[in-house]
Amino acid sequence: MLGARKLLILGGITLALLGMGYGMWYAVFQEHQELGNIGGTLAAGFTAAAERNPVAAQSALKQYSELKYLYDRHVDVHGHWIGLAMLLILLGIAYDRVELSERVKIFLATGLLAGSLLFPLGVLFQTFSHDSGPRGLAVMGSALVIVSLGGMTLGFVRERRRS
Amino acid sequence: MSFSHPEAHAQAAAANATAFAPIGARRLLALGGIGLILVGMLVGDIFAVFVLHQNAAKVGASLTAAAHAAVAGDSKAVLASFQATGGFLENRGTKVDTHVHMIAFGYLALMLAILQPWVALSEDTKKKLAWIFLLGAGLLPVGVFMIHYIGLAYSPLESIGWASIGADFGGLLVMVATVGYLGGLGKRAQEKENLQLRDGLLEDRSTAGRTLLAGGLALVLLGFVHGVYYAGVDLYKHEALDFSLLSQMGAGAAANNVGMVDTALSQYAQLGGDKAVKIAAHAHAIEFGLLAILLAFFQPYVRLQEAWKRRWAWVLLCGSLLLPVCVLLELNFGLLAGGMADAGGLLVIIALLAMWIGIVRYTGEIDVAAQSSEGTR
Repeated sequence: MLGARKLLILGGITLALLGMGYGMWYAVFQEHQELGNIGGTLAAGFTAAAERNPVAAQSALKQYSELKYLYDRHVDVHGHWIGLAMLLILLGIAYDRVELSERVKIFLATGLLAGSLLFPLGVLFQTFSHDSGPRGLAVMGSALVIVSLGGMTLGFVRERRRS
Repeated sequence: MSFSHPEAHAQAAAANATAFAPIGARRLLALGGIGLILVGMLVGDIFAVFVLHQNAAKVGASLTAAAHAAVAGDSKAVLASFQATGGFLENRGTKVDTHVHMIAFGYLALMLAILQPWVALSEDTKKKLAWIFLLGAGLLPVGVFMIHYIGLAYSPLESIGWASIGADFGGLLVMVATVGYLGGLGKRAQEKENLQLRDGLLEDRSTAGRTLLAGGLALVLLGFVHGVYYAGVDLYKHEALDFSLLSQMGAGAAANNVGMVDTALSQYAQLGGDKAVKIAAHAHAIEFGLLAILLAFFQPYVRLQEAWKRRWAWVLLCGSLLLPVCVLLELNFGLLAGGMADAGGLLVIIALLAMWIGIVRYTGEIDVAAQSSEGTR
């Protein structure tokens, strides 16, 4: 069985590569277009309003809102995958200081890795669908991260008291 | 100066003298990494005090001008206002990026410093990679900072200026060094004895290290819980309100209703402030938590009295908590909370500087010991 420490470090490196790869793909192929469109639709909305065309103004601002929604989520996915990856690697390095049984440690490490993958994935799926499914996935992923981090914090505190 | 365990310190110093050799990869990355974080934080503080608020006011004024031009039916003035907004946003964005990249590269340098014993490359190669990393980590933020000022002057390319080229080259250097170290880690992973390596930094169980580790993780947890709360309670509300207020501005301008536009503008500014403080609190709590965890590993290298090491650890944790909490309170308590948040940031900088000085003292100590042993021979 893969040790908890190895799971965290290898999982962290994989997640970092995933986050960086995704960020690079997004920056090269989508970001500049998306940013241009965000600025363009906002200006178009106000220009249409200046031309006394409220329908065109509403339509352009609606497009702006939708593009901004997508942009925020793309950037969040990239940032959160890399941030969580760094946390996984660091916790992996320090994991022998967690004062818990090996079984619990593996359980927490698996939970943290799964949560770190699923939470940004749920956010990414929100760019394809506004349904509750992707939001549920993000909530489940973040719950896993919170529970696992809580458990690990307790483990570190126990080690601190014991020493 | 007396130390709590002088013999233990002497043994540890002897054992780590090789690992932390003069101008060795680990020393370069550790000192360079903390230096990058310190400079990045100072840049962030200066930016927050002298640029951020003034710039936000200019962005707000440009949006107001665009909305008022729309009310007046002047579409050319609308476009001119948005072009001005683009300039202000570029000014702001490049300064935020400078601050963020310096700190992020500092974190990466510290993490690479911790991992050095597991990188199966020659010390000479590791040292070269460390220099390449630090060069790139310095070049990228400086390049990004200059983008707003240099623009496309003398550029051989149509849309990318010299500052961007410099920044991209810096990023490439960082990537080359990081991939090099990753290759070294992969090489070690293939060796059978890869996990049997022992390292003084990881074996440390000092109170300061344990406090930073537990406190740092608690901060990360706190920041994450706050982020989840923000995503669940505020995010969708904010997004809906953003669209609704912009629609009101558009509809008000089309109907020549200045009052409606001004009300929407005022609410839009409040919304921007609310979003900014919540996201900043979330991000800073997590970043400071990660910093505390990273610094926990370097405590054996901090040559200060144990009591002082504990004090600086607590100062760093208190500042790390004070800043995000006070940033959150800024909307209700204004400048008072803002000032306290700045004080929190200053506490973190002072504690970090103290630890950096402690590490420099340690390097001096092992270098002098090495020189005197060479002299004896």
